[in-house]
Amino acid sequence: MKNIKVLGTGCANCKTTLKLIEEMAREKGAEIQLEKIEDIQAIMGYGVMSTPGVVLDGKVVHAGGVPSRDKVAGWL
Amino acid sequence: MKKLIQSSPRGFLLVAAMLWFGLYKTLEPFSHVLVKALPLEPGSHAYNSLQFFFYDTPKVLLLLAGVVMVMGMINSYFTPERTRALLAGRREGVGNIMASLLGIVTPFCSCSAVPLFIGFVQAGVPLGVTFSFLISAPMVNEIALTLLFALFGWKIAALYLGLGLTIAILSGYIIGRLKMEAHLEDWVRNMPAVAATVEGDTLSLTDRIDAGFASVREIVGKVWPYVLAGIAIGAGIHGYVPQDFMASLMGKEAGWWSVPVSVLIGVPMYTNAAGIIPIVEALLAKGASLGTVLVFMMSVIALSLPEMVILRKVLKLRLIAVFVGVVATGIMLVGFIFNAVV
Repeated sequence: MKNIKVLGTGCANCKTTLKLIEEMAREKGAEIQLEKIEDIQAIMGYGVMSTPGVVLDGKVVHAGGVPSRDKVAGWL
Repeated sequence: MKKLIQSSPRGFLLVAAMLWFGLYKTLEPFSHVLVKALPLEPGSHAYNSLQFFFYDTPKVLLLLAGVVMVMGMINSYFTPERTRALLAGRREGVGNIMASLLGIVTPFCSCSAVPLFIGFVQAGVPLGVTFSFLISAPMVNEIALTLLFALFGWKIAALYLGLGLTIAILSGYIIGRLKMEAHLEDWVRNMPAVAATVEGDTLSLTDRIDAGFASVREIVGKVWPYVLAGIAIGAGIHGYVPQDFMASLMGKEAGWWSVPVSVLIGVPMYTNAAGIIPIVEALLAKGASLGTVLVFMMSVIALSLPEMVILRKVLKLRLIAVFVGVVATGIMLVGFIFNAVV
């Protein structure tokens, strides 16, 4: 099972990103554990400067803006 | 289409640019044909309003799409990480100017303000230089400039660009001179310093074209209702509305206090550059003076309560107060100068 964290302080793009990953995981039937990290100190701990960021199994794979569907598909 | 872009990205850009210009040139004649087909008296108010609407709507949207496409491609060269590396260790002065200019081309969303702020400071970008970037990035952006250009002409757009940059450069410089590093929250100061490194850029021209299209979809998809509302308001009041109410509040005769009042009204309001344009259009049409309206627009975009609440997590109250005070003063000066000159 994959662990995916969405880093963001609660802006519209962060919510869109979370929803997109949720939706595509359901479509593909991929089992994931999805978390949302809103605490700014925790976000900075990942060294991400532009939100939303995405962390896949402990590694930052995306930062700044909503990821494309192709990109999300690659993670699942 | 995707294959076409991949096989010859340069050719694609050339053809796209030619199509764009061709389309742009046909807009005006087309709007006349369209409005003549309607059962309206030529020269009447309704006729003129509709012709204005039919011409301005596609014009503004086409301009916006073109500019956002180009900026989306330029943005792909200036990631926040690269901008940070360019600014790390810069002296004040030169650093403030660079930061303000980079603020225009670096992709930025107001919700990223805080992580960006910390990331900059952590990598050794001086505090004042960081502020120059943070002030310029939301205020001087391509959407505000395009809309000002399309609706009010290049002089106003250029003026907005020049004044916005000046405020960002000077405010950042002053904040830097005040040596307020002690007023960062403790946990920010205690974070380990990081080196500002950039990973090698592997994007091809095709990727950048994709990035351009992605930002057109995202931005134009989001702002078109505001643009439409702005033009509809502009067309609607083309000669209909009496110019007394706003003129007495924000007009030339209103007196010096209209400038600070506009800042006070502007700060609690929060909207993006596109959302403010309908309001600007309405205010100007009702006789408000240009300087006062620009003051209002800048304070809505550059100073917002929600942003300050988020910034409070990293800045102590005194530094926030200085930030707001310096930027508000700069904006008001611009308003006074503007009202005196124009």
